[in-house]
This record gives sequence, structure tokens and C-alpha cells, in this order.
Amino acid sequence: MTLLRIEDLSIRFPTRTGDIEAVRDISFSVGRERLAIVGESGSGKSQTGRAILGLTPAFAQVTAKRLEFDGIDLLKATPRLRRDLRGKRIAMILQDPKYSLNPVMRIGRQIVEALRAHENVGTREARERTLDMLAAVQIRDPARVFDLYPHEVSGGMGQRAMIAMMLIAGPELLIADEPTSALDVTVQLDILAILDRLVAERGMGLIFISHDLRLVSSFCDRVIVMYAGRVVEEIAASELSRAKHPYTQGLLNCMPSIDADRHPLPTLERRPEWLL
Amino acid sequence: MANVATAVEPGRRRKGVSAVVSAVLRFVVVGAVTFLGLLTVTFFIGRVVPIDPVLAIVGDRASASAVAAARQQYGLDLPLWQQFALYLKKALTGDFGTSVLSSNPVMQDILRVFPATLELATAGTLIGLFFGIPLGVLAAVKRDSLIDQIVRVIGLVGYSIPIFWLGLMGLLIFYAKLDWVAGPGRIDIAYEYTFTPITGLFLFDAAIQGEWAAFADIFSHIILPASLLGYFSMAYISRMTRSFMLNELAQEYIVAARAKGLRETRIIWGHALRNAAVPLVTVIALSYATLLEGSVLTETIFAWPGIGMYLTNSLQNADMNAVLGGTIVIGTVFIGLNLFADLLYRLLDPRTRA
Amino acid sequence: MSANAISRRDWLLSERPQSRLQARLGRAYMTWRRFSANRLALIGLAIIVALLVVAAFADLIAPYPPTVGDLRQGLLPPSAEHWFGTDDQGRDILSRVIYGSRLTLYVIVLVAIIAAPVGLIVGTVAGYAGGWIDVVLTRITDIFLAFPKLILALAFVAALGPGIENAVIAIAITSWPPYARIARAETLTVRNSDYISAVRLMGASPWRIILRHIMPLCISSLIVRVTLDMAGIIITAAGLGFLGLGAQPPLPEWGAMIASGRRFILDQWWVAAMPGAAILIVSLGFNLLGDGLRDALDPRGSRQ
Repeated sequence: MTLLRIEDLSIRFPTRTGDIEAVRDISFSVGRERLAIVGESGSGKSQTGRAILGLTPAFAQVTAKRLEFDGIDLLKATPRLRRDLRGKRIAMILQDPKYSLNPVMRIGRQIVEALRAHENVGTREARERTLDMLAAVQIRDPARVFDLYPHEVSGGMGQRAMIAMMLIAGPELLIADEPTSALDVTVQLDILAILDRLVAERGMGLIFISHDLRLVSSFCDRVIVMYAGRVVEEIAASELSRAKHPYTQGLLNCMPSIDADRHPLPTLERRPEWLL
Repeated sequence: MANVATAVEPGRRRKGVSAVVSAVLRFVVVGAVTFLGLLTVTFFIGRVVPIDPVLAIVGDRASASAVAAARQQYGLDLPLWQQFALYLKKALTGDFGTSVLSSNPVMQDILRVFPATLELATAGTLIGLFFGIPLGVLAAVKRDSLIDQIVRVIGLVGYSIPIFWLGLMGLLIFYAKLDWVAGPGRIDIAYEYTFTPITGLFLFDAAIQGEWAAFADIFSHIILPASLLGYFSMAYISRMTRSFMLNELAQEYIVAARAKGLRETRIIWGHALRNAAVPLVTVIALSYATLLEGSVLTETIFAWPGIGMYLTNSLQNADMNAVLGGTIVIGTVFIGLNLFADLLYRLLDPRTRA
Repeated sequence: MSANAISRRDWLLSERPQSRLQARLGRAYMTWRRFSANRLALIGLAIIVALLVVAAFADLIAPYPPTVGDLRQGLLPPSAEHWFGTDDQGRDILSRVIYGSRLTLYVIVLVAIIAAPVGLIVGTVAGYAGGWIDVVLTRITDIFLAFPKLILALAFVAALGPGIENAVIAIAITSWPPYARIARAETLTVRNSDYISAVRLMGASPWRIILRHIMPLCISSLIVRVTLDMAGIIITAAGLGFLGLGAQPPLPEWGAMIASGRRFILDQWWVAAMPGAAILIVSLGFNLLGDGLRDALDPRGSRQ
């Protein structure tokens, strides 16, 4: 079943020296599966994620032949409806909990607030459900973390709180924008395992935005490779080794391997004709 | 002054008692050093700069015996460092000498007039806050809109206009031409002898005594000078609020708050402004300090019997003890507010408490 | 002709300048382009240029002498003959405002000449030397920053005696600390850079490094700050004049003119209104110019 359908999505940022096209005519769809969007920084992958949520800055122009979530035309939806969708049906996890959690608000309150934005629940029930959610992201002492400020917890703990905050209202589609890039390597796997379990348990669709092709290939079902605002390849994760596009091959070849001693390391090739 | 954000600590400690103690300790030590600096500068102004300090104190119309007596009384025949020690000792006990003009101890005079200034500056700051914060928030949210332009113009004019001139023009228009407000002074002669001050803050005193006719008269007197000071405070506060809000609205936690599906009003007033409030408290304290200073010229225009008018009267009569005493008192309050702003900043931000 | 103009522009914008001069001119041209794109900044520049012209040619522009009046013509309202009216001594207010521009310029130029170098030296020395010298100088700067400027200036003038020179000294004494702070911050950012180390390895003395290699880098942020401070200096000087502590009569200083018009404010409003308007316009000019310079010289702070 398809949750999200995108056809010819473009995002333009008008500037004094001309428009910057962050995303150009991309199309894909997502069901209750794990889709990865991979690309280097500036390839437009994060902007794609934000456009789905309607979080593109007001001065940017978002156009698409089709941008549909569960049959709802997102481009024609009222701001009110889009806000109701955010958090409740589509949620997003951001990169670095150090910046994405409000520094002057206790963690518990931030999660309670997400819940109460969508459901009319009493104070006590909201607290109970927040503590349950914190337990679900494997925080050992939820009652203590509930009363902490974001700077008082580690990056891994912060990202767990972020996941709890975004999942508490039970969204059907989760966009994870580089959810582990800012974390220590040892913590990355824990967070991925938590995400993995919750996505499977709740039957959510997941869009996993990353620059790390290897991570993605082991974690997701399908991979979309973006370059300079375009989709250059769409391929099942299991078939990555048979990728056709030279850019995807380049990304795969860049990864150092322990077994093979390769000198010199290959550099990533960028050809202007891929932009067309 | 030192309102620069300290680096965010990734530490996981809860806020410790030691953090509060060290912030307070810093407040005390820096305050003491700065206060000592103020006393040094005023000593320098009073004893070193004038060609004959004695004449500066007693005035040039004093008799020869008075001059000699003063020379001895103030220890002006002693070496400079002893004079300084004596000066410090006296200043620390609140002894700034006697005013030539009023023949009272300077400290006594200042305590008498200070509430008037306090009332005026407080009213001005409240007006500035009441208009400045919403204006600054709206200007940041609706960037480059009409309201943003208005805030910009208010700021530019506020930084470009002499307050004493604006006061004169205000009196001309709102008192003389339109007759909307009372003229110079703090209270009408009709009430001056029936009204009994308690705290010296007349509006407050009239309210608690239920003297509503007097209250209306006092209000009519204070509203124009307070609005003028409030305008300058608003110019500063709205400009700073705008810049803090722009900074906060660009942060990732705002994106996260939107992704949660929160209402925009809640994001702006609940999330962004709450974060902006931390540096804003500093700005408000600084603005209050600036208004205390700005009251000097305002009080002259409005015949407001506060410390500003006391200071200018003393200046014009070369009453040096009173001038230096007034300078030290205003300077001390100013320094205190500056440091208080710094202290508040450290205590309010959960990140700097750890 | 137009081909020539285009090539000149290309020469200025060249990414590979052939000489130091070309690089410098190219940078200046870029700065000017950013500055002139800002209409308000151009208005500010126009006001300041007008101030300079008026001050330079006051003798030619002013229709009447500034200090001599006809008592029979006192307190005349604005008219075709006296655009700004006359004061109580029958002097033409327009002419006094025009001559007053010289005093205003005199004050701000002198304050800038005294305060900016003091701040520059204190800041660069503190930043470059580090250690206890830095601690002491920074502490002194902070102490002066925490003082109420106007009050301190008042006390200084009270001790020195009224007069325009003393007003200048008093204002200068209270305005150097922000410059020291800026210069120190700039110095700290460059002092450990490789090219300063290179100069040091070549045997340059600390003074030479500060004078030749660090101070020039502080200049542009200092210019912005000084320009933005001009309005405050003008207003403080006018405030001193208003209290009778600055320029003395019959000098046509704007603040003193407002003070003399105060007695007639209810009936002859123009006597006080006109010099105040002049202060407002000139201060506004410096603020607009300073904002524009800041945006043009520091593209980081204004990129959005």
C-alpha cells in the first residue's frame, strides 16, 4: 500500500543572483517500507524530506505534479490540515539532538507537548504515556530523564528522546534525516536498532535520509540516490552492487574496506552531464 | 557588558550549588573592583583635575578662612595617596560631604530625591517592555513586512534624537497645544500639601491611600516624561528582541517543534521567545540602567525633582561634593544593574548553570 | 566606450589580480557595490556629504552672520526672509544652524581622533601581549564600559570647567572602551594565525607586528563602530551644550541653541525646534551610513 506518492517535485530558492534549484523534478513513492535517500550534502535530500512535511521556508517555491499522502493532496491542503498531519501522521527525526531539542525546556515537557498537540489527554495520562514512550526507546530511568534539560543528557540519550517525541502521537510515516550522523559510532548502532524495532512493531513507513551508503544498504529495503537535486538511481538495497549509474558506483567504491588495501583511494567523479 | 553567551557545556551534571555560588561570587568580586574603579575616577575628577580642589568644593565666593578650614577638613594638605584612602573610607560609609547648595549631607539629599527618579525610570521601562517585546517579536516573525520597517524606523529615530529636544517638543504639543497632559513637575500645587508620600513613589503612595484624585494628577504628570523614556527603551528593546528572535527562529529546535505539529503561536511565544528571554533579561536590565542615566536630561526638561535635576542643579552651581556624590550613586546603581544583568543571564540559562 | 567600461569592470572583478593595486581596487569596488545597493545607506552618505559641504562653505551659504543680530528683528517666525525664523537676539537661526555644523564636525572629528587610537592601542596590545597585561587592560576597559557615559562626562566637565574643548575631552575619555574591546577581539582571532607566526619568525618586533600587521586588520570594524557612535557623540555633545557645559555663547552650538530656545518654547517654538531637527538629521545620517558600512564591510553579519 502506498503512503506517499511524489511526482516531479521541484524546490527552488529565489535569490538576488537567480534561483537556486535545490530539488529538480524528482519522483518516488513510499509504502510501509524502509526507503533510503542517499546523496552528498547539497544534493537536496534534506529539502525533499522537509517539503513532505511542509517545512520549507516560506520564500521557497515548491511545485509538483503530485504530492500525495494517503490520498491527501499536500500542495492543496490548508495550513491547518498540514499542521494536523505533522507529528500525528508524518513525523521527522532531525540530525543532532543538541540543536533539535529546545534547550530551555525539560525533555518530558517537550514530549508531552507533542502528544497534547494532537490528542486531548489529561496531565497525568500524558505523563504516563511519555514515560512509557521513553521506556520504549530504551531509556532505563524514564522518570529521571523526564525532568532533565537536553544539555544534561548525552547525544545518544537525546536522540532517543527525539525519537520518543516524534513517535508518541503514532505517525504512519517517519522521516529520519541523518538520525545517527551526529552521534558516536558506538551509539549509532543502538539508535538504529531502536528505530528498526519501532518501525517494524508499528508498521510505519520510513524514509531514511543519509550520506552513508553502506549503513543504508544494510538497514533499508530500497535506495534512492540523489545528485545535485535529481534522482540518479533507484534500486533495491540488495542489488546495490549491481548499480548502473557511475555516481552510485563511485559512492560504493569510495568506501574503504579492511580486506583490500587500496592505494590510491578512488576519488568521487562528478560529471556535468549528470546535472541535465 | 559581559553578556556574551558562554560555551554550551556538554556536561551531564545537574545544576550544582557551586555554579550558583560561583556566579554570585563573580558578581561580588567584579562589582567590588568596578566600584573601586568608579571611586578612583571620581576621586581623580574631584581632587586632581580642578586647579584648586578646595575652591571646587566650597565655591569661589568662600572667604579665606572657609577655604583654609575646608583644606584641613578634607585633608587636602595630606599626600595624594592618603587623601585617596580617606576618600575611600568616607565614600564607603556613604559620606560624600556636605552640599554647598542645600547645606545638607549629600547622601541625605540624594536619598530624598532618588525615589522620584526610580519611579520615572521604572514607568519608562514598563512602557518600553509593554510595546517593545511584542513589536520586536512581530518584526522578527514577519521579516521585511511593514511592522519590521516600523521597528527599524523606531530604532533609528530612537538612536538619533536628543531626548531633551524630544521632551521640549512633547511639552509643546501635548501640554501647551493639545492640553492632554499636565505640565512640568511631579504633582499639582493643589495636592502638594495634602498628599503625604510614604515610599516616595507617588503613584504607588496615592493608590494605597485611595487618593484617586491625586493619583490622576500624578499620572497626568508622569505620563509624558515616562512615555519619552519609554520610547527610547522601546527602541532598544524592540531592536534587540527582533535580533534575538531571528536568531532563535533559525534554530533546529524550531523545525522540530513544527515537525511535532505545534501551532505557530505556541512555537513563537512558547519556544522561540522563551529562549530569547534569556538574553532579553540582560537587555532589559541594561535599558533600565540607561534610563536612569537618561533621566538626567529628562528631569531637567520636566522639572522632575529627581537625582538628575539634583545633579544638574549642583553642576550649574559648581557644588562639587553634590556632583561627585550624585555621580557615584548613579554610577553605582548603573554598575549594579549591569552586573545584575550578567548574573541573571548566568542563572536563567539552564546551559550555563551546569 | 561601453566596451571599455565593461573591461574596466572585469579588470576590477578579476579573480586573478595582477598587482596589489588591482586587488585592492577590486575589493573596494565590491564593497562599494554592496554598499550602494542599500538605498538607506546612500541617503546617510548624502546627509554626511551635505554636512561636510555646508560646514566647508558656511561663509558662502549662510545668508546672515551667525553671532550678530538685529534686536528689533527678534523672535520672528519662519518666513521667506528668515527660513528658520530668528532668535531672541534677532539672529537668523538658519545661519546659526549652518555655522553650528562646523562645531558639530569639530567635536566628532576630535573625539574620533582621540578615542579611536586609544582604543586601538589598548585593544591590540592587550590581545597580542596576553597574560597579565591582557588581564589588567581588559579589566580597566570593562570598568570604563560599566560607567554611565553621560554622567561621567558631566562630572569631568564640571571639574574641568565648561567649554567645547573640555566637552571633547570628557566625551573622548568615556568613548574609547568599546573600540578597545573590538580591537582586542579582532587581534585574538589573528594573533595565532600562520602569517603572523611567519612575520615573527622573520624577526619582526612585537611593536612592528602590532602596528603593521594587526592594526590594519582592525581598522574596518573600528570604522563601522566609530561611524555608528557618531550619533551618540553628537547627542552627548548637544546634551552638554544644552546644560551650559559645552560650547559657550555666542557660539552657535546646536545643543546650546536649544537651551536658549527653551524659554520661548510655548510661543516661539522654532527657536528650539530648528537646531534639534538639525541634530536629528545629522545623527540619522551617521546611523544610516554606519548600518550600511557594517553590512558592506562585514557580509557575514548580513547575508540573509
